[in-house]
Amino acid sequence: MSDTQVKLSTFPGGLHLPGHKGISTNKKIGSAFIPSKLVLPLQQHIGESSELLVKAGDKVLKGQVLAKANGYVSVPLHAPTSGTVTNIEEQAVPHPSGLTATCITIETDQKDKWISIEKPSDYKTMDPSALRNRIREAGIVGLGGAGFPTFIKLNPGARTAIDELIINAAECEPYITCDDMLMRERALDVIKGVQIMQHALQAKRCIIGIEDNKQEAYLALQQAQKASNAITIEVTLIPTIYPTGGEKQLIKVLTGKESPSQGLPLDIGIVCQNVGTAVAISEALIDGKPLISRIITVTGNGIKQPGNHDVLIGTPINELIEYSGGYDTNVQQLIMGGPMMGFNLLSDQVPVIKTTNCLLALNENNSSPAMPCIRCGACMDVCPAKLLPQQLYWNAYAKDFDKIQDYNLFDCIECGCCTYVCPSQIPLVQYYRFAKTEIWAQERDKIKSDHARERHEFRLERLEHEKQEREERMRKKKAALQKNKQKTDPKKDAIAEALARVKAKQQNNSVESKNTDNLTKEQQQKIEEINNRRKKQSSVSDKENDALNKPEKNNLTK
Amino acid sequence: MLTAIITMCVLAAIFGLVLGFIAIKFRIEGDPVVDKIDALLPQTQCGQCSYPGCRPYATAIAKGEADINQCPPGGESTIEALADLLGVDSKPLNPENGIEEDIKTVVIIDEKICIGCTLCIQACPVDAILGAAKQMHTVITDECTGCDLCIPPCPVECIYIVPIKDQVSTWKWPSPQSPQMSVENKQKSADAQ
Repeated sequence: MSDTQVKLSTFPGGLHLPGHKGISTNKKIGSAFIPSKLVLPLQQHIGESSELLVKAGDKVLKGQVLAKANGYVSVPLHAPTSGTVTNIEEQAVPHPSGLTATCITIETDQKDKWISIEKPSDYKTMDPSALRNRIREAGIVGLGGAGFPTFIKLNPGARTAIDELIINAAECEPYITCDDMLMRERALDVIKGVQIMQHALQAKRCIIGIEDNKQEAYLALQQAQKASNAITIEVTLIPTIYPTGGEKQLIKVLTGKESPSQGLPLDIGIVCQNVGTAVAISEALIDGKPLISRIITVTGNGIKQPGNHDVLIGTPINELIEYSGGYDTNVQQLIMGGPMMGFNLLSDQVPVIKTTNCLLALNENNSSPAMPCIRCGACMDVCPAKLLPQQLYWNAYAKDFDKIQDYNLFDCIECGCCTYVCPSQIPLVQYYRFAKTEIWAQERDKIKSDHARERHEFRLERLEHEKQEREERMRKKKAALQKNKQKTDPKKDAIAEALARVKAKQQNNSVESKNTDNLTKEQQQKIEEINNRRKKQSSVSDKENDALNKPEKNNLTK
Repeated sequence: MLTAIITMCVLAAIFGLVLGFIAIKFRIEGDPVVDKIDALLPQTQCGQCSYPGCRPYATAIAKGEADINQCPPGGESTIEALADLLGVDSKPLNPENGIEEDIKTVVIIDEKICIGCTLCIQACPVDAILGAAKQMHTVITDECTGCDLCIPPCPVECIYIVPIKDQVSTWKWPSPQSPQMSVENKQKSADAQ
């Protein structure tokens, strides 16, 4: 261990909870078993769901990419073992709603045959961005529970380097022991993964925070740290208080720094990662293996043989429970996650996914009816985010979604401390979850209605434009016809020209006669007569000419 | 006395000029109240309010010609938001305009029956139907607002209303106040299985 001791701080609130961890830590991690089928939801992480690359009937090998990343906040999905894709359809997924989503079902062939994987080059020689890409291609997401794509969290963004990398090994929630067992058995991999993350982030310093109820894991990590000579990594014991494992709470405890409200730890130069993620990264960058399995705690008094297992992603929960001895006869409820933050599963016919850390089967069902709030304020005392749970409750109760945001609803980490201490057994966290999802739905509706308005206005504009264009066309056509009216056709032009020539000739002809100097009266009279006749004639021919033009005029006006 | 009158006149002239200048320079285009009302309406453009779209209805409300309770797709929450904005009392939805539907819907075209008459395309207020004369039409469901205006013009009745399916990403936690909600959800998932 390095000489610089981490000075610990505390966060407000929190609870000392009975751990119930011993029941699942007395056995080594069970080796991976291959179930008869695997069900892989396309969405196992926060962000866009992955894009399918296989179809029903395809033979797949272990580690083969089944779906690629779709968009930035997305990662690929790999086949956890070899087999045949039997179908791709909507199936129930592990979600509090019990809804279905698109899943790939693989019938396993029990051969567990790997696709050829290339060994990655030494990570120390790799550029941080190439390293992140590698982590992305291995399909790695945060294994602590939220499932945010890890490569994004390893991107310092505008910052060139990160001050501190915090490794979350607190595992503060009761019953869950998957990280504890992982650290006990694979401490060297943890340290390797941490070193890789440190390289990707160019972090100067790294602190692994581990709760003091995990002495064995702490010693294993310390040993591994010494063995790897990782002097920039500090392994630190922290007091066991729920929820120390909350990202912001852990940062407060280890560094004394406060993460901004609704901001990220990155804003204060800190990145926080889970130990399970560290091991997944070490596997990806040293062995070249994608994320296809994880350690899951199967525990609770409703399970015959509680323990931890290395489980292939996509293993149906009922098969996993069967594998770990089956249910106790009095089992009442099955929870995915821990007793504080987990959710009840409506059925065990759903698969485990990348973010499944624990399956908790309990014999008791402590859902007693809620009583009215007595305004005791106990919830406020235990809130680790310094919120006013009672105010949040009243506003959620009244569905006042504007006001509830004034009380910083979105800083609530849903740790469940307030619900735990509430003497009236009010399901406070469920009120907050209800309010959060309602607000998100309203935001989605707003975006949709703005989009519809835009499209409607564009349509109106288009119709107006089309109308104007039509009018313009009509106007142009009319103008063209008007022009045509004045213009006659070439034949008539020729006639008119000829007539004009004749006229001109006549005029030319009417030059003064040379022998008209000494004319008699009779002669003059005769000349006049002739001239009159000629005039008459010419006027008649003019009229005829007009008459020729007229019918055409009529035609045109028609 | 005279100086006082002159001073007042000069001041009046200066202020008049300033106000006149501001009135021209900072003139507000359009009616901001109409914009605010329009922003609260659901933009389905369905015409159930008896106006040809959301903006005409917003204009009518601003003029005082229409009441705030004529928008069935917006329902109670829209009426409340309008009442809040305009400082009037909230009231229940006028049943003459329709009833508020809990389930959001879109339409789909049965492409086998469609004869390609383009009548629905002309009726769609948000250009969510794609097609051409004598060609098959189809609804871009992401753009459909569920106004159902395309249904009456269809001569072969090939347009159907379908509810929007709940997805994991858009699912909402039920309120703990309504126990029947969670029962319903359990029922739903049981049906799905």
